[in-house]
Amino acid sequence: MDAANGIVVEALVREFRKGPRAVDGIDLRVEPGEIYGFLGPNGAGKSTTVLMLTTLLPPTSGTATVAGFDVVREGPKVRGVIGAALQEAALDNLLTGRDHLRLQTMLQGLPRHDRKGRADELLDRVGLTEAADRKVGGYSGGMKRRLDLALALVHRPRVLFLDEPTTGLDPQSRSALWDEVARLAREDGVTVFLTTQYLEEADVLADRVGIIDHGRIVAEGTPTALKAEIGRPSVHAIPAVADDRARILELLDRFGEPFGDGELAVRLDEGIGLADVVRGIDAEGLALHDVELRAPTLDDVFLAKTGRTLEGAAEEDEEPAAARRR
Amino acid sequence: MSTLEAPRAGWTPGVTLTQIAAVAGRSIRRTARQPAMAIPPLVFPVALMLVNAAGLEPSTLLPGFPTDSFLAFALAVPFIQGALFATMNAGTDFARDIQTGFLNRLSLTSLRGSSLLAGQLAGIVVLGLVQAVFYVLVGLVVGVRFASGPAGVLVILVFAAIVSLGFGALGSFLALRTGSGEAVQGMFPLLFVFLFISSMNTPRDLIAVEWFRIAASLNPVSYLIECVRSLIITGWDPKALGLGFGVAIAIAIVSLVLASWAMTRRLTRT
Repeated sequence: MDAANGIVVEALVREFRKGPRAVDGIDLRVEPGEIYGFLGPNGAGKSTTVLMLTTLLPPTSGTATVAGFDVVREGPKVRGVIGAALQEAALDNLLTGRDHLRLQTMLQGLPRHDRKGRADELLDRVGLTEAADRKVGGYSGGMKRRLDLALALVHRPRVLFLDEPTTGLDPQSRSALWDEVARLAREDGVTVFLTTQYLEEADVLADRVGIIDHGRIVAEGTPTALKAEIGRPSVHAIPAVADDRARILELLDRFGEPFGDGELAVRLDEGIGLADVVRGIDAEGLALHDVELRAPTLDDVFLAKTGRTLEGAAEEDEEPAAARRR
Repeated sequence: MSTLEAPRAGWTPGVTLTQIAAVAGRSIRRTARQPAMAIPPLVFPVALMLVNAAGLEPSTLLPGFPTDSFLAFALAVPFIQGALFATMNAGTDFARDIQTGFLNRLSLTSLRGSSLLAGQLAGIVVLGLVQAVFYVLVGLVVGVRFASGPAGVLVILVFAAIVSLGFGALGSFLALRTGSGEAVQGMFPLLFVFLFISSMNTPRDLIAVEWFRIAASLNPVSYLIECVRSLIITGWDPKALGLGFGVAIAIAIVSLVLASWAMTRRLTRT
């Protein structure tokens, strides 16, 4: 692989004194110019991985290189070629957007003659030119995220780390950010390492996805390949009469693997189609208010690999993660 | 221009100076944009001085009291009290940077820990100087005449810069160690105790209560106040200047060493 702006991680581990291994021996490779989506619930180890790859947290063991530089032995070189927007948009509410960019251009060592032009260019690129002289405290969440991205790009990084960049954003802001990230990879050849807990984000944006749970990568590949691996679509039914629920559930069991938790849904067995299910229900004299055939999603991949849905895992892991932070 | 083709300045002493200036500028800008942080260090010490002067003016009748103007005697206190205020504010601000992740943003640049600390402290020193100039002006307005003349005023400003540096480094140390603005604020009453158990209201040799006189003599803050006071009411007193500058420089050195160590611990980047 061209090491110029790729990421190579081997057996990377991070242990904290109190708590389990946050990252438990992961291996991954991100190709230059690729958008790699790192998908997982809260507390899965995504942010810890980003902190290690951005040199802010030393690994307990294992190796990682970013753009050909070792994150432990060549920290300053790594920092010189990466940009990062970490989980919280760490901005100073008392400074304006332009103040932030001025500060960042000075800290990143841009030549004096390049600073103003670069700041204006980035403000324009993220659509903040009009708001540039307003204090950041008055910015919306979307504006803060866009400014955060602009700050990460000041020194024209070769590798960009985005840690849950769209969490809490409205759909419009999310979509605008996706467009900009995609443009960076496509037009500028920037390698993007993006963590997310949103399936759609990984699905739409990432060239390849790594799914992490409890510090381990449980699946990796293109979204299409991962879903194809699961292969089977599912059928989700809503009974017309509530009392028929138990009978329908029992009937669905014949056509595949039930989802569990009382949900009227089944992952279809090989060779079974929606028509078979509808005919079966009809034959029993049962009526449905609605029935839906769903193609596999990345959540199905997560379910297949971990036995939990991504949403359920997030809720389940919230408490231990909070305990670790304490 | 392509993202990958763009030039980037490497590390040079010039880059370091630019970085220090950037951090200092932010520190000053933040304070200037927070009236609640900028005004109390200016107003509160002056108000306390005026109240004390109104109530304690008869002290000047004590045999051996070094001046017949209690305002002149008390004017030294705001210089130290203001520095304490500013220190706490700066420490709290620094702790907030740690809590909000802003320090991580700074850590991701080529900024060195020493440059970050230098920038923070440069900002504090500039603000300390602004305060000191304000106190000098207040003194002149209320009729205090500086016995050491304009040169003495300049020495007071230099002294104020050193005191701000020392206390600023102490505040930064507390912020870096605890990462908590509340913890830094919690130190404020303790530092105030040091101020009150000093010679702020009475010359040490006129303090009648023995334990208080001993405590004031052991308290380094007494020597800081007496250094400024000597320049205001006595003129050029080598002993007071030597002790004052000695204590201020010692505090600055110890605090800087502690803050530098804490910075190294805080910046765990590789």
